[in-house]
Amino acid sequence: MSLKSYIITRIILALPMILILLIMIFFILRIIPGDPVLAILGGKAPVEVIEAKRHELGLDKPIIIQFFDYLGDVAKGDFGVSTLTSRPVWSEIKDRFPATLELTIFSFILALIIGIFWGAEAAWRKDKAIDISARVYSIFIYAVPVFWLGLMLQLLFGIYLRWLPVGGRLSPRVSLDIKTGLFLLDSLISWNWEAFWDVLKHLLLPGVTLGLVISSIFLRMVRNNTVLMLSKDFVKAAKARGLKPKVVLYGHALRNAFVPIFTIMGMQFALLLAGAILTETTFSWPGIGSYLVLKIKYRDFPAIQGTIIFFAIFVVIISIVIDIVNALVDPRVRY
Amino acid sequence: MIRVNNLKKYFPVKRTVGEVLLRVPQRFVKAVDGIDFTISKGETFGLVGESGSGKTTTGRLILRLVEPTSGKIFFEDIEITKLSKEELRKFRKNMQIIFQDPMAALNPYMKVGEAIKHGLEIHNIGDINKERKNMVMKMLERVNLSPPEDFYYRYPHELSGGQKQRIVIARALILKPKFVVADEAIAMLDVSVRSQLLKLLIDLKNEFDLTFLFITHDLATTKYICNKIGVMYLGKIVEIGNFKEIYNEPLHPYTKALISAVPEPDPKKKKEKLIPEGEVPNPINPPSGCKFHPRCPYAMDVCKVEEPSLKEFKNRKIACHLY
Ligand SMILES: Nc1ncnc2c1ncn2[C@@H]1O[C@H](COP(=O)(O)OP(=O)(O)O)[C@@H](O)[C@H]1O
Ligand code: SF4
Ligand SMILES: [Mg+2]
Repeated sequence: MSLKSYIITRIILALPMILILLIMIFFILRIIPGDPVLAILGGKAPVEVIEAKRHELGLDKPIIIQFFDYLGDVAKGDFGVSTLTSRPVWSEIKDRFPATLELTIFSFILALIIGIFWGAEAAWRKDKAIDISARVYSIFIYAVPVFWLGLMLQLLFGIYLRWLPVGGRLSPRVSLDIKTGLFLLDSLISWNWEAFWDVLKHLLLPGVTLGLVISSIFLRMVRNNTVLMLSKDFVKAAKARGLKPKVVLYGHALRNAFVPIFTIMGMQFALLLAGAILTETTFSWPGIGSYLVLKIKYRDFPAIQGTIIFFAIFVVIISIVIDIVNALVDPRVRY
Repeated sequence: MIRVNNLKKYFPVKRTVGEVLLRVPQRFVKAVDGIDFTISKGETFGLVGESGSGKTTTGRLILRLVEPTSGKIFFEDIEITKLSKEELRKFRKNMQIIFQDPMAALNPYMKVGEAIKHGLEIHNIGDINKERKNMVMKMLERVNLSPPEDFYYRYPHELSGGQKQRIVIARALILKPKFVVADEAIAMLDVSVRSQLLKLLIDLKNEFDLTFLFITHDLATTKYICNKIGVMYLGKIVEIGNFKEIYNEPLHPYTKALISAVPEPDPKKKKEKLIPEGEVPNPINPPSGCKFHPRCPYAMDVCKVEEPSLKEFKNRKIACHLY
């Protein structure tokens, strides 16, 4: 099977999963308590106004009809309009997504640096201080709730030391020409150093929070896989040839340890999104995560559905990309 | 050429947190427990014994792939155990290893030609890449992988077990080592290719003027290649000497048992079979006295309390109270 037909198969296989997810989220939203109309208008609105709004949103039709209407729209690529803002859901998501992407990329890079170097050195000096501290660190960070970690960092660097802002992406007084929506990139493109520093300062706390959380999983995987690889004969063979120890570690053991890590990271991506949601809410980061939380609060059904589908598509794309990269780096994998 | 003096390797047994807190004393697996032997230039020394007797550890200790607990190792007049890390790294081209499992011994992401060439690069042998590549091609041909261009660019998983082991051999010999440890080099291979590879090893040994440490649990293969053998049991050498003499007249009860287990090619010459009863004992808690006594058909009272030392007897050395 060629890579192309493999990708097509993967996409086709993902479709029913997304459909099931859509059905589940659609009906769960309508079963759990909470009325979108009341959430928007408040409990004290006159009955006629409430009924009119209900009719306007199409919520007076039978649920099954509502569902097939929605499904028909989605099939045409139309995710409806937000009941809260009356803006198309898809364009709202598109506006919010770059913030999440920027946060996730920043955190991922930080987690990679921590995970790779600490993990590899811990594996190299197994059971020594550097290894034991790595194990304690990853258990501690993994066990601590994301928002608690975020709050602590906010308290220390934002409130007590006053070094960094505790929320948002950009100070109101700073102007920035937005092209990609990734503010760091945008400020670099326009050589706007003031904006760059401001964006970086805003990004630091949420980025470090999420980065530490991801790094705990990552560090443990790098460490364990590298320990395993270091025990393999081909690593002994490299040593027996007279290769320098650091090259044995980073060139042979770590590189081989990476393939399973990469795959597991793909599977954990959904989990990382959950971390992103919590981080975004803690730091009022205007991304998809805080968007979803806001929309849940107002029972904005189309927006919630759209966001969940968007997440699902995103996870599918990431896992396909990971498979492709795997196929490129691992000569044993062929589709 | 190789001299080993009172070599020991004790692996600490992992304790649980509870055991550490309860101050349970650290226990050790005495994988290699004070062995001595010499290998003369051009000789093939066979190290035999059941699985778990410490053969692999011995081979890796000599190459200092595992750091010894105590003891000395000499390579010609150089004390390997005293070399600094950097001296050792440079010295490694003189001594190489052929592993048991060729799949595990090859990096799955490295083209096999590159893997062989790698050693030349590490030790700056050959001037330019093209020259190194030529050397690799010649070596591939020498281990009967021809045409070499067909193999150079392949990945390990694309080769058969026998072909992979030829790559491992080529990778070891390209550095022109003087001493090679072959650790069960043919044990994992398909029966149909074993004899070819054994023959290849014998040819290469003569051609490259190698000194071999040939590790095997299967005494039958030593017949074709070894001049001298040492029989190991639970970290100790129990009988050591000239191969033919020991093979024709094994004296130590454990050696007798091993040799009786070798299938006789001539079915008319039925031998008395003395496969040792029972399992190899737990090496963390080896039996007292002679470690072989629970399985030995000749065991006497003294065997349970006193460990026999290695003594000269009939042109060889034996550790047994019978002699
Ligand atoms: N790295 C290690 N850590 C702990 N124990 C080990 C290690 N390597 C070998 N051993 C133990 O040492 C003993 C001898 O093993 P080994 O040298 O592999 O024997 P053989 O090659 O004769 O089968 C075994 O009991 C084994 O479990
Ligand atoms: S010392 Fe005793 S138990 Fe050990 S091999 Fe000799 S006879 Fe058997
Ligand atoms: Mg072994």
